[in-house]
Amino acid sequence: MDLFLSSIQLLLRWDVLAALLIGSIGGVIIGAIPGVGAAVAIAILLPATFSMDPVVGLTVLLGIYGSSMYGGAIPAILINTPGTAVNALTTYDGYPMARDGHPRRALSLAYSASLFGGLFSVVCLILLSQALAVIAPHFGSREIFLAALLGIILVVLAHRGQVFSAGMMACFGIFLNTVGLEPVKYTRRYTFDQSWLTSGIDLIVVVLGLFALSQAFLLLTQRDERLKPARVTGGLFEGLKELFLFKRIAAVSSSFGVMMGMIPGVGEFTAQFMSYTFAQKTSKTPERFGKGSPEGLVASEAANNAVPAAAMIPLLALGIPGEALTAMMLSVFYVHNVIPGPQLFIGQMDFVMALYIALFLLNIIVVVFLMFSTNGILRIIRIPTRFLGIMILTLGFVGVYSLRNSVTDCAIAAVFGIFGLILKRLRLPVVPIILGMVLGGIMEVKLRSSMARIKTPLDFIDRPISAIIFGLILLVIGLHIRSHIKTRSKRPGGGRPIGN
Amino acid sequence: MTTPAAIRTLLSRERRPGDLVFAVFFLAISVFLLSQIGTESKWVKGTGTVAQPMFWPAVSLLGMTGFALCHFFGAVVSPRMAGRLGEVLFWVRSIEYALWFMAYVWIVPTVGYLPSTVIFSTLLCLRVGYREKRFLAMAAVMALAVVIVFKGFLSVKIPGGQLYEHLPDGIRNFMLLYL
Repeated sequence: MDLFLSSIQLLLRWDVLAALLIGSIGGVIIGAIPGVGAAVAIAILLPATFSMDPVVGLTVLLGIYGSSMYGGAIPAILINTPGTAVNALTTYDGYPMARDGHPRRALSLAYSASLFGGLFSVVCLILLSQALAVIAPHFGSREIFLAALLGIILVVLAHRGQVFSAGMMACFGIFLNTVGLEPVKYTRRYTFDQSWLTSGIDLIVVVLGLFALSQAFLLLTQRDERLKPARVTGGLFEGLKELFLFKRIAAVSSSFGVMMGMIPGVGEFTAQFMSYTFAQKTSKTPERFGKGSPEGLVASEAANNAVPAAAMIPLLALGIPGEALTAMMLSVFYVHNVIPGPQLFIGQMDFVMALYIALFLLNIIVVVFLMFSTNGILRIIRIPTRFLGIMILTLGFVGVYSLRNSVTDCAIAAVFGIFGLILKRLRLPVVPIILGMVLGGIMEVKLRSSMARIKTPLDFIDRPISAIIFGLILLVIGLHIRSHIKTRSKRPGGGRPIGN
Repeated sequence: MTTPAAIRTLLSRERRPGDLVFAVFFLAISVFLLSQIGTESKWVKGTGTVAQPMFWPAVSLLGMTGFALCHFFGAVVSPRMAGRLGEVLFWVRSIEYALWFMAYVWIVPTVGYLPSTVIFSTLLCLRVGYREKRFLAMAAVMALAVVIVFKGFLSVKIPGGQLYEHLPDGIRNFMLLYL
C-alpha cells in the first residue's frame, strides 16, 4: 500500500498530469494521421524530454506510445488506411463494417476493445511486477548479454520473408554502435581520422534520420494525397456494452498481446496475427472474417493495445528494449542517469509503479477524449501529405539540432533520412538497425564484464537463468529451421525461401 | 531438384524495383568496411579476444557481409519487377529535400530560429506545389507555433540568430531567449 501511495504521490504533480494529458491526446492525433505514427513523434520529441524530469519525459513518451494505436484505428476503419502500421489488420473488418453503413459501431467497438487490451495489460504488468522484482536481481552480466542476444535473434527471425535483410540491418546497427572512441582501451574504431566521428554516431541522430526525416522526404517526394473521411454521427458508447458479447475474444487477444509484448522483437504484429487466427478458428461465423466481423475487429485492436505496457517489462526489468519505441525511451532513462534493469526494481519500485499507473490512466483519458472528439480528429486527417512532410521536416530539425547544435549531426541525420527512405521504398526493415545499435552496446559491455569471471565456455551457462536463456536461443533457432524445413517439404516444387 | 534450382528456391524473395542496386551497394559497403578492419580498429596484445577493440566491429561486419551476400544472391535469383531506373531516380529526387533541410540548418544561426523557420516552411510549401494563400498562411502559422512551443515553452537549445544582435535591446533579449 505504501508503494502504491508513494507512486501516486509521484504522479500527482501538475507537470506529470499535464504530460499525461498532452502525451495521450497528442498520441491519438498523431496516430490518426497516416504517414506520421508514434515512432516519428517520439523521435522528434526525444531531445525535448531530456530537459524534463524523468517521470515527466517518460510520461509524455508513454502517452504517445500507448495512445497512437487508438488514433490509428480511425482512418483504418473509415478510409481503409491504417494510421499506424499496426492498425493494418483493423482495416480487414473495420473498413467493411464502416462501408456497410456502421462506422459508428466499428469505431465504438475498436475503442472499447483497445481500452480492454490496454487496461488488461497494465493489470498484468502490476501483478507481474512482484515476480519481476524477485527474478530481476538474478540477472547478472551474462544473463543480460544472453537476453540481449536473444532479443537480436528474435528481431531478425520475426521479420519473416526478410530474415537476411533484417540480419544485415541488425549487424549494421551493431557496427554503427562501435564507431568512435572505444571506452576501455581508448582506441579509435572506424573514424577514418575524422574528428567528428571520434565521439561516435548518436543513437538519437540515427533515430531521427531513419524515422522522422525519411518519412518527411518520402511524403515530400511522393504525389500529394488528400484523404477525406466522412463525419461520424451518433454516440460512441455502445461498443462498451457490445464488447461484453466478445469478452472471451478480448481476454484471449489481450493475453496474446501481453505475452508477445514481453518478448523482445516480437510485438504487435505477431500478437494480432495469433489473436485474429484464434478468433476466426473459434468463431461460429468464421466466414464473416475480413468482411466486417466484430470478433475480428475486437481481436486485432485488443491485441495491439495490450502490447505497449507489456513491452515495458524487458525494458524496465532488464534494460533491454524489445522494439524501436522502447529503444528510444531507453535513451531518456540514460540521460537522467536512471538505469533500467534489476537495480531499478530494487531501488525505485515507486517510479516503476508510477509509470504503470500512468499507463492505466492514459487508456481512460484516451477513450474519454475519443468518445467526444472523433469528428475533430477527422479534420486533422485531411491535411495533405506533402504539407505533413513540411511539418515533419520542420519538427525534425528541432529534434536533431537541439541535441548539440551540430551541423554535422544534421548532415548525418539527413544521410540516414535518405537511407531510411530507400529502405521504406524497398520495404526493407528499419527497426533492426535501432535495436542493433542499442542491444549491440549492451552486449559489448556485458560480455566483456562477464568474461572476467569465466574460465571455460560452459561456465557461461552454469547459472539457471543463463542456462534457460541459452536454451531459449537454441529453441528459437531450432524452431525457425524446423518450420522452414516443414514448409519446404510440404510444397511440391520446393518451399518457402530461406529468407522467410 | 537440382542444386542451382534448390538454391534459387531457398533464396528467392519478394523483390521491389531497385532492390538489386541497393543489394550491390550494401554489399560493396560491407566488404569495404571489412577490408579496413586492420587499420580502423586495433588488436591489443595481452587482452582477451572478447575484450579486444576489434572484436565487435569484426563480429558486426562479418555478419553484415554474410547477410548482405545472401541478400544479394536473393535479389539475383528472384523474379525482377520493372521500374529500376524510375525507382533510383525517385531516391535521387529525394536528395533535394535533404538539401533543403541542410539549407535550413545553415541559415538558423545567422537569421535566427523564428525567421528561418517561417521562411523555410513557406518556401518549401511553394516548392511542393501549394500556391493557395490558405496553405502559405498555414505554413507560416505552423512555423510560428513550432518555434513558440519548442523554444518558448520547452526551452530547447537553439541559439539566437546573429541578425537578432541588430535589434533594439528589449526586443533582442526577448528574441534571443524565446524565439
